[in-house]
Amino acid sequence: MDYLPNILFALALFIGIGYFAKNVKKLRRNIGLGQDLDISDNKPERWKNMARIALGQSKMVRRPVAGLLHVIVYVGFIVINIEVLEIIIDGLLGTHRIFSSIGSLYGVLIGTFEILAVLVFVAVIVFWIRRNIIKLKRFWNSEMTSWPKNDANYILYFEMVLMTLFLVMNATDIHFQEMHSGNVISQFIAPWFSHFSEGTVHLIERSAWWLHILGILIFLNYLYFSKHLHILLAFPNTFYASLKPKGEFNNLEAVTKEVKMMMDPNVDPFAAPAENAEVPAKFGASDVQDLNWLQLLNAYTCTECGRCTSECPANQTGKKLSPRKIMMDTRDRLEEVGKNIDANKGTFVDDGKQLLDDYITREELWACTSCNACVEACPVSINPLSIILDMRRYLVMEQSAAPTELNNMMTNIENNGAPWPYNQMDRLNWKNE
Amino acid sequence: MSELLNVPTMADFMAQGKQPEVLFWVGCAGSFDDRAKKITKAFVKLLNKAKVDFAVLGTEESCTGDPAKRAGNEFLFQMQAVTNIEVMNAYEVKKIVTACPHCFNTIKNEYPELGGNYEVMHHTQFLKDLLDEGRLSIEGGQFKGKRITFHDPCYLGRANNVYEAPRDLIQKLEAELIEMKNCKKNGLCCGAGGAQMFKDAEKGDKEVNVERTEQALDMKPEIIAAGCPFCNTMMTDGVKAKEREDDVKVMDIAELIANAQDL
Ligand code: SF4
Ligand code: SF4
Repeated sequence: MDYLPNILFALALFIGIGYFAKNVKKLRRNIGLGQDLDISDNKPERWKNMARIALGQSKMVRRPVAGLLHVIVYVGFIVINIEVLEIIIDGLLGTHRIFSSIGSLYGVLIGTFEILAVLVFVAVIVFWIRRNIIKLKRFWNSEMTSWPKNDANYILYFEMVLMTLFLVMNATDIHFQEMHSGNVISQFIAPWFSHFSEGTVHLIERSAWWLHILGILIFLNYLYFSKHLHILLAFPNTFYASLKPKGEFNNLEAVTKEVKMMMDPNVDPFAAPAENAEVPAKFGASDVQDLNWLQLLNAYTCTECGRCTSECPANQTGKKLSPRKIMMDTRDRLEEVGKNIDANKGTFVDDGKQLLDDYITREELWACTSCNACVEACPVSINPLSIILDMRRYLVMEQSAAPTELNNMMTNIENNGAPWPYNQMDRLNWKNE
Repeated sequence: MSELLNVPTMADFMAQGKQPEVLFWVGCAGSFDDRAKKITKAFVKLLNKAKVDFAVLGTEESCTGDPAKRAGNEFLFQMQAVTNIEVMNAYEVKKIVTACPHCFNTIKNEYPELGGNYEVMHHTQFLKDLLDEGRLSIEGGQFKGKRITFHDPCYLGRANNVYEAPRDLIQKLEAELIEMKNCKKNGLCCGAGGAQMFKDAEKGDKEVNVERTEQALDMKPEIIAAGCPFCNTMMTDGVKAKEREDDVKVMDIAELIANAQDL
């Protein structure tokens, strides 16, 4: 019977990590629904970017207040997780504070954790105030209602509760308090419980300990459903982000082949298509499967912070376009497609919906100036513009559905080599005017 | 005026069996837009003054395909690109300078994969080199102490990380360079990019160019400097919309330098 807590703990751990692993598998499958893209170049530079942007938070601190608060929560989160290691060992072996045998260093560690816990708690409160009381504009755009809004707050509540439990757990640990080492914060909380009997205090300590670790396991599994997934995906996402100049848009290979063929005088236009001629690819993207896997990884990584949208010239001037919404829509649709596949034994069954029109409207797509402000602003190197461009490509090349003025512009280029109706032969007239 | 401009074409050079030092890619705006033509001429005057052996393609130049590509028409873009590359490769072009950041970006970044490999410079970079090499000099004068703010073109700045060349030139004029709150990496678009130049904006509560012009006017500049013919149009329209055209001018960096020389 003595082993019951150990067994329960192992079971909780197994279920928590197992369910998480299952969702990670789903995540990989969904991202894999995207088109192939070979990103194996420049590994050293990619590692550097990951270290700088994801680990080093270099882009977060461009907004000093939010950046600093975020760094606190981030460092706190990582460092306090060392404590989780001890909890897991204690839980499995039935020991108590197994690391305390390392002596005074233990006090230093726990002391650091306690201070960080308080800092995180305060930072999270400030975050909550910015979101809900000050109502910073970027948290209140039209895409930030219902789930996205609640999600953000749930995460904050989660962190408040976890930090509180950690401090209470230490404060009610009579043995730990008696060590007088490392209880820098909890010694001030301990007196709150002094009028309880020793047994009650011990019960509170055990409850806090269990709730703390269960809370962490629940939080781990919450990630998949939340914008908080960025704490993991920011790493691969910054690693795989484009290293090219932002102005460089990819040249579609399928188009290059056709153009080369059209321009090649040696190709017999009446020749029968070659045996191995590929089925013509679909140009551009109308649904998530047409996007590449990096764009889908981008969608799962988006933390919905809205830095992109607040820098977007279209959004700033009241247009419908919001680059954040582009990313959120892509993720929502991808999730929908994933669920469809799950429900249909591994194959996607047409549901009469797609990313274009059902999620992202044409009005949004055509409002983009391709200015790259969103790409520059994103703290985790997401590129909303590339999705906008691929969807425009679909509209223009598959549907001939560009706005009339753009069609005129393109006809002009086709006929006179300029976007305006001027004759190419007049191109040098300026020199004599 | 016009007889002062010496604008040889690549065909002229070819006929003499010679190669110019650089190809000046004029671009569609630079060739046809009335405001942009003035920038083209100002730049040519500077090239002439510095005795740069340059040539233009003239009637052999065609749209780079930038607006088509950003509108989503990859076919048209690549048709334009391949045609231009064929022409330039036939002339064995090595180095290109252009006063349009869109042409600059497209030729520099998107042509290589399609067979067009050239050294491409924005005219502000090229002018800076001319000054550094002592081939061109600026005698302060006109713009000394004037308040000038520079509007970063998206396709020069964020898209290609060129922020310093245009600023260095403004400083060489001994003008007072004042930075908008949103500048360099954080510069706000003028509203023309991504083929927006050629269509009306979607429904909203403001025009992008007005927003950007307001940011510039907040700095109380005498001159808003631009480095792109499209930005120039947008900012000029913005200044007009704010009825400030009498006291605030929108000028290209090349015009500033040419004017400083009284060219
Ligand atoms: S590239 Fe498009 S979506 Fe991104 S900030 Fe600029 S206008 Fe907005
Ligand atoms: S795309 Fe980047 S900047 Fe925009 S909301 Fe998502 S994480 Fe934030």
